[in-house]
Amino acid sequence: MGELAAVVGIGQTKYASRRGDVSIAGLVREAAGNALEDADLGFKDIDAVVIGKAPDMFEGVVMPEIYLTDALGANGKPMLRVHTAGSVGGSTALVAASHVQSGTFRRVLTVTFEKQSESNAMWALSSPQPFSVHLNAGAGGYFAPIIREYIRRSNAPSDIGIMVAVKDRLHGARNPLSHLNLPNISHQEVEDSMMLWDPIRFLEACPSSDGACAMIIANEELVSESPKPPAWILGGAMRSEPTIYAGRDEVNPRAGRDCAKEVYAQAGISNPRRQFDCAEVYVPFSWYEPMWLENLGFADQGEGWRLTLDGATSLDEGGDIPWNCSGGVLSSNPIGASGMIRFAEAARQVRGDADQHQVENAQLALGHAYGGGAQFFSMWVVGARKP
Amino acid sequence: MDIDICIVAFSQSACLAQAGAANEVELIMPELEAVYRQVGISNAQDVDFVCSGSCDYLQGAAFAFVSGVDALGAVPPIQESHVEMDAAWALYEAVLKIRMGHAESALVYGFSKSSPGELPIVLSQQLDPYYLAPQWIDSISLAALQARLMLDRGIIELSDMAAVVASSRRCAIENKKAQLSGQFSVSDLLKEPEYVSPLRRADCSPISDGASAMIICTKSKAEEWNVPFARLVGIDHRIETHNLGMRDLTTSHSTRLVAEALSIHSDSLDIAELYAPFSHQQLILEKSLELRPETDINPSGGVLAGNLMMASGLSRVGEVFDRIVDGKASRGLAHATSGPCLQHNLLAILERG
Repeated sequence: MGELAAVVGIGQTKYASRRGDVSIAGLVREAAGNALEDADLGFKDIDAVVIGKAPDMFEGVVMPEIYLTDALGANGKPMLRVHTAGSVGGSTALVAASHVQSGTFRRVLTVTFEKQSESNAMWALSSPQPFSVHLNAGAGGYFAPIIREYIRRSNAPSDIGIMVAVKDRLHGARNPLSHLNLPNISHQEVEDSMMLWDPIRFLEACPSSDGACAMIIANEELVSESPKPPAWILGGAMRSEPTIYAGRDEVNPRAGRDCAKEVYAQAGISNPRRQFDCAEVYVPFSWYEPMWLENLGFADQGEGWRLTLDGATSLDEGGDIPWNCSGGVLSSNPIGASGMIRFAEAARQVRGDADQHQVENAQLALGHAYGGGAQFFSMWVVGARKP
Repeated sequence: MDIDICIVAFSQSACLAQAGAANEVELIMPELEAVYRQVGISNAQDVDFVCSGSCDYLQGAAFAFVSGVDALGAVPPIQESHVEMDAAWALYEAVLKIRMGHAESALVYGFSKSSPGELPIVLSQQLDPYYLAPQWIDSISLAALQARLMLDRGIIELSDMAAVVASSRRCAIENKKAQLSGQFSVSDLLKEPEYVSPLRRADCSPISDGASAMIICTKSKAEEWNVPFARLVGIDHRIETHNLGMRDLTTSHSTRLVAEALSIHSDSLDIAELYAPFSHQQLILEKSLELRPETDINPSGGVLAGNLMMASGLSRVGEVFDRIVDGKASRGLAHATSGPCLQHNLLAILERG
């Protein structure tokens, strides 16, 4: 695992469909400033900066670390840009952690962002490539058939996706940073919303958001210099597999299972449902909650939907393993940051700093991100107790 | 940090002015095969970590690296990451992974096809998207501005720039992978017309397609594989302000900072491979690094002889590695750069095992 490291500061922006009040630089600076304030530190206390975001073609800024150097106080420091598809927010956190866990740096700032209002994700994801199938479908169209296959295999009731959509929006209504604020959302309202990519309805899909998320990661020695409780990094893992190969299980990808297995081994997790107090898992389309419940070993194969049905993943229903208490990707989705928000919200829980969406006495939490055709995974486990 | 990290394999494709219909995966695979062969492994499953560097804007598609993963045979799934930077920074990420004990070995690669687009215009979109990018200031014009400053201040003469080119072309004669080589005198080169004043075409690195790959590992792994290696004794990088008006373009402050952090001991360097996409930038780097006349600079010809975007930085490290294992050098410096006018710089020090 290398040297001990912990999250000592977390900063997020308010998520919204359009943050017209700030530039891209202003957006990342807002998150970085909030993280530094949370850690009671200044830019001078930072040794290196690690940034991440989804494809450059979204905002049209090539290698944006070059332009964002000044906004992130990185002048004269090492600065690295990570890009691993939708999992990038999580991978960026892990690469930032490796800066400290390798003993190379004492304290680093990591920031991820997306400004979808200045971007055209659908266009960027649909450029035709020579000799390749041109999907022109965006992410929803890509995942819909995989979800249908999940429903077929598991015989899940058809409204499980609706239940996830309602649950995560009710969680999001507790979080003042959330893009969507829908405290009165109903099962009927989701069911009545437009069918976009069968079986994914409009309200079962994530929004397009502007936003940034930042964390400060410090080594053991410097943890005490920040006033709030740290979130100790107990494990971190990444896995990748090709988009397509013979025999690939797209519903329950092996890369996700392998990644979970490794991160659990590092953190000493043998029973995730029992041992974790909560999880922040990348669920951009409602049905991915039951699918990931199985992929991550919280439920047996074909049984994930039962946890959703029983309210086990709901904070409002007092579930034993609340998922996405912050509202999740279904409530805020600045793509490049969405993975890091999961990692950061997991850390907020074990720091006891999650305000209205706090899980009581959370000690151990999972942060999860995935990307590409559900082929890139990154995960970490954070805990309140120093290992 | 006490872990001894070694480079055990390197391969680079020829720098092609146009790779034609070959796609990125087809450019990468021969280099991966070559580095596997050098250490006697069969595929990416035999290393603990893989990290690559590429740029979506050069491929004209979001997620350019995803097709790279197809070249790896990532079944069963692998530990893999990617930087949207030159692969020298992928090497940096891999080094951190080994230092933290998460891997004993790593495969690093970088690739691009610059030929299908207009590289200098594409790179203009690296600039501040509100104030600079809308002006489409291309990378050659910015470099020309930098060269003009140096000439006006009397720091260099046009003939110094031409001498850099002449040396690059001459060294590249020995380099089978080079795109441009030959015997040219300074006066020949100065007879060529100006391209973007004061730069001549020969002062600018060419547009090239290709890929390079490297394998690094712990010393014990290198001994287990029983292959010659060079020790990677230091690697570090620094970025500086994006506001071109806020920095002295005639020097490289960030390069100096890295050199100090690494204690490069320029008096004991046999060779230095510098990523200078423009001739005058090599002069800036030589000065900022305080290189001595005894140091052989860019024995490969450097990137003026062929510039594989996203791979050239990694290739500089590889060129030093090759010369160390061949016994032609015992200590060398490799440099990589990113951003307009040398905004971001990385240095690596290699020593004989």
